[in-house]
Amino acid sequence: MRDFSYFRADNIEAARNAAALPGAMLLAGGTTLIDLAKCGVAEPSTVIDISHIKGLNAIDVTADRAVIGALARMSHVADDPQVKNLFPAVSEALWQAASAQLRNMATVGGNLMQRTRCPYFRDPQNFPACNKRAPGSGCSAIGGVTRGHAVLGVSEACIATYPGDLAVALVAFDAEVDLGERKLKVEDFFLAPGATAEQEHDIRPGEVITAIEIPGSAAARRSTYIKVRDRQSYEFAAASAAVGLELESDGRTVRDIRVALGGVATKPWRVRAVEDALKGKALSEELVRKASELAMEGAVDHGANHYKIALAPRVIARAILELGETA
Amino acid sequence: MTVHDMKHAASDSARLEAVGGRLSRVDGPAKITGAAKYAFEQQLEGLTHAVLVGATIAAGKVSAIDSRAAETAPGVLAVLTPDTIMELKGASDWLGNPPSQPTYNPLAREVTYSGQHIAAVVAETFEQAVAAAALVKVWYDETPAIVDLSDGKAGDGIPIDAMTKEWGDAQAAFAAAPVRICAAYNTPREFQAAMEPHGLIARWEGDELTIWEPSQWLDGMARTYAEWFGVPFENVRLVSPYIGGGFGSKALALAHSAVAAAAAKMLGRPVKLVLNRPQNFTSYGGRAATRQTVAIGADKNGRIQSIVHRGVNETAVDGMWVEPLGSVTSIMYATPNFSSRQNVVRVNTVVPGAKRAPGENPSAFGIECAIDELAHELGLDPLEMRLINYAEQDPHAKKAWSTRQLREAFAAGAEAFGWAKRSAAPRSMRDGHQLIGWGMAAGTYPVRRAHGEAVVKILADGSVVVESSSIDMGQGTYTILAQTAAETLGVAVERVSVKLGDSHFARAGVTGGSRLAGVMTGAVYKAAGQALDELIGLALSDPRSPFQKLQANTLQVRDGRIASPRGEGPELSVAEFMAAVGREQIEAKGDTLPASTTAEERYANYTTIAKSIPHTEGDYSRHSWCAHFVEVRVDEDFGTVRVSRVVSALDSGRLYNPKLAESQWKGGIIMGIGQALLEEGIVDRRHGRIVNGNFADYMLPTNADIPDIQTISVGIPDPHSSALGGKGVGELAIVGIAPAIANAVFHATGKRVRDLPITLEKLI
Ligand SMILES: Cc1cc2nc3c(=O)[nH]c(=O)nc-3n(C[C@H](O)[C@H](O)[C@H](O)COP(=O)(O)OP(=O)(O)OC[C@H]3O[C@@H](n4cnc5c(N)ncnc54)[C@H](O)[C@@H]3O)c2cc1C
Ligand code: SF4
Repeated sequence: MRDFSYFRADNIEAARNAAALPGAMLLAGGTTLIDLAKCGVAEPSTVIDISHIKGLNAIDVTADRAVIGALARMSHVADDPQVKNLFPAVSEALWQAASAQLRNMATVGGNLMQRTRCPYFRDPQNFPACNKRAPGSGCSAIGGVTRGHAVLGVSEACIATYPGDLAVALVAFDAEVDLGERKLKVEDFFLAPGATAEQEHDIRPGEVITAIEIPGSAAARRSTYIKVRDRQSYEFAAASAAVGLELESDGRTVRDIRVALGGVATKPWRVRAVEDALKGKALSEELVRKASELAMEGAVDHGANHYKIALAPRVIARAILELGETA
Repeated sequence: MTVHDMKHAASDSARLEAVGGRLSRVDGPAKITGAAKYAFEQQLEGLTHAVLVGATIAAGKVSAIDSRAAETAPGVLAVLTPDTIMELKGASDWLGNPPSQPTYNPLAREVTYSGQHIAAVVAETFEQAVAAAALVKVWYDETPAIVDLSDGKAGDGIPIDAMTKEWGDAQAAFAAAPVRICAAYNTPREFQAAMEPHGLIARWEGDELTIWEPSQWLDGMARTYAEWFGVPFENVRLVSPYIGGGFGSKALALAHSAVAAAAAKMLGRPVKLVLNRPQNFTSYGGRAATRQTVAIGADKNGRIQSIVHRGVNETAVDGMWVEPLGSVTSIMYATPNFSSRQNVVRVNTVVPGAKRAPGENPSAFGIECAIDELAHELGLDPLEMRLINYAEQDPHAKKAWSTRQLREAFAAGAEAFGWAKRSAAPRSMRDGHQLIGWGMAAGTYPVRRAHGEAVVKILADGSVVVESSSIDMGQGTYTILAQTAAETLGVAVERVSVKLGDSHFARAGVTGGSRLAGVMTGAVYKAAGQALDELIGLALSDPRSPFQKLQANTLQVRDGRIASPRGEGPELSVAEFMAAVGREQIEAKGDTLPASTTAEERYANYTTIAKSIPHTEGDYSRHSWCAHFVEVRVDEDFGTVRVSRVVSALDSGRLYNPKLAESQWKGGIIMGIGQALLEEGIVDRRHGRIVNGNFADYMLPTNADIPDIQTISVGIPDPHSSALGGKGVGELAIVGIAPAIANAVFHATGKRVRDLPITLEKLI
């Protein structure tokens, strides 16, 4: 840990101005930033504390849309009755994330921005090579311990999994991040590594996430988030799926469906192939399981993470079937 | 006391505070309110902070260290390297064997494992030391490492002849048996993962060293420090009032301990050094990874004809650890033919160490899974299989069991669990997508015995003080010693204060192998008895005593009051009596050693483990026993395993405090659930380095992973095992949990997982 200067921003303008300085980093709940500083990964020269900015933690939900302030705590959003009612997958993704203590501290803005759990990324002393940390230095994970690494969206430069849960539910329902000057689809906000593993988000110096907006929909209202992991709680996903379903009045034909995957890809991963294969079709277990396999098109494993290719479609299928049953 | 406690208390024949009563932990309030000060929470004048620099290679030489930048960093007082740290003397090992080298350097020039300490920075503040440590530059000549047991370079290892146990002709009998199974069982490197990290504060005053350090063995560690620095044993004082979890890891003074004590000596200031979490995975050994093959031959009725067992555990390149893998294999079942042999394989790791039930734990994983496989092969119920082969005596030592309530454990556990309703076929029970499995296994742990001493003081106000250098790491020493003294002296337990964790108190051996309670209740019983004798003697003989003229030959003390047993004459509180005879205190030191023991023997008894008494000494073989019954739910799509029910029946002999014993049993069961399903040190095979050395990635069970656990005590007092009839508690319950779960997973899925932990990818 090295010395840094600390700046408390009282308003969003001050935060934006300070965030434009080289070496500046925003501090919200601190649960990612302080952790990474201790690992020697984050070495900010200035820490800009945005946690005291007023009015950035509102949770405003109508049938049309949810607008969630960037500083809203994970636990508050997860417990919000309207979020539970109109966007159950969002609530479920949040309460299955991290631990109660972390959810009470952490903000949704910080949650989107959390970094990968790749163990090589988090240990610069022992593993200097990491394209995400030090562009061009190589990737220590390839050829190493890869049980948690991604099978979708990987490149030769980086195979690190995006670990968050909330963003998976967000991409399923076409949510947007509000950056002040710009609004972006969450799906476009996250970048797959390609040759530039260090670029994880479409965010520019001086930009601060102020809110997340999720359009309401029938699919969002009937939605769920299934997270699979060895430990019952307090573990990142081995594979997870956010699924929303809208059926025709016959109660079995799919009018609208949203499917996104977590824990298996380098970014929150929308799987339209599965959606397209099911739209307009009557649900059956066989069809759902078959369609879910399409999610793994283009999947590449690195040995120890091979199981994810079998697991992820099952998670999708179970989520769809569960929603279909509750018709 | 909660309502729940009251119910139990009322149903117990013993009074709450007497030995056998369900007294709550007397140290509980201090821990819950934060008043309990742990060893390295002491605030000392002039305290400095040391931070270690670890090797980033697993094998090779340190060719150069550039510490200039670190030396000039703000607040830095010293940078210690292998060349600049003061020279220490070699110390004897825990068996008392003399040192193999005359000198000892806790900072390594030759690296034999990743993370090994090679330098340390001492600074005014912790943050300064952390910042400067990152500036130390190290160059290496790296050589190829042997990363683990499956490394091609590892070879077959070194045979450990002392582990060989053989009778009959096991190979021939196995070959001739009509029913045979043979399978390989593996356990990974596991860690103690105590919440409180390792660390210490060291302070020198002239030639006298005080160490505040969490310790399972004050006297043993004090001896090591004394030998390293060439000072008399008496000059070293170790203080360890509370321990935030040890599980076997905190019994020895380690390299980082030496670095801190040396730094304090060199700087003439107290030094605090606490390992960070990743360092807690590389600075001392967890449970060694093990491999076993178990071959069992039986006749058609399920009677075992032969067991052939081969085991291997990893050890370090420059240190020896033997995890006795045949320990349960050789005693659990009656067999006319038996062979167990073991090798150890050197790999580039820190020396493995003791973790809850070393030996018995992995040993039971092998034999208790194998028995289940054999039962399945024969179409027998696993419980019936175990009863058919019940060992009526110790099959290895050929001695009678002191007590073995294992049959009772099977019966009580099966009844409470509803085992009779189990459907035999694998994959035959389900609830929606959850496959349900019921499995069982037995466990055992030997009764390790040693000696201890205690001081008991009766003070002028009638209160009692018990002093011992033994420790409480959560198992309840403070509580049961208070109960023992209260009962022996006839005073209320609130009037007894127990002082532990200071090596200047009466001596004690290691707290490990579940021996402490049996040893220390014996010592306190004796010391308190002597204090009582002195009190009564004084009351009968002192001219100032109101009892003198009674001409009685004895008196009794009850509820803190002294009176004649026949109720005649005066009755005085202990305080009134002390005032009457003008005494400030009565003090007695009691120990469990024979009176003829020499000073040298006493020293060896408390500072080494060479003098512990074999569990098969004399006519009996002494062990604790248990039977676990487990229900698991396995998701058929996801392969995730959840333990949904545990019933365990356990024989730990007489329980000094059932409430605390149950809590220790449950702790063992929880740890066993972690071992079965989650825990594994994952090594990067290119670098020989643990990559999940932190609490986010090294998986320990959370509350959500733990179901209701029912424990049933089936023990009876065992007079051959300890003074008060107890057998070991702390390590027993973890033994057998992992195989019970693995057997339940087989019953649920039809799939045998013989490699721990049973993670989801092994089942999908
Ligand atoms: C042990 C552990 C387990 C966890 N398990 C899970 C899990 O299972 N699932 C899951 O989803 N998450 C998990 N997390 C991650 C956790 O949810 C995140 O750490 C948390 O959400 C981050 O929020 P924060 O407010 O604390 O962010 P901070 O640490 O304050 O910030 C994180 C990053 O985001 C940036 N940032 C913060 N706010 C903004 C903003 N408004 N605009 C732009 N940039 C911003 C910061 O500069 C920083 O780089 C876990 C974390 C830990 C430590
Ligand atoms: S996978 Fe990505 S984050 Fe991990 S070491 Fe490789 S480049 Fe770095």
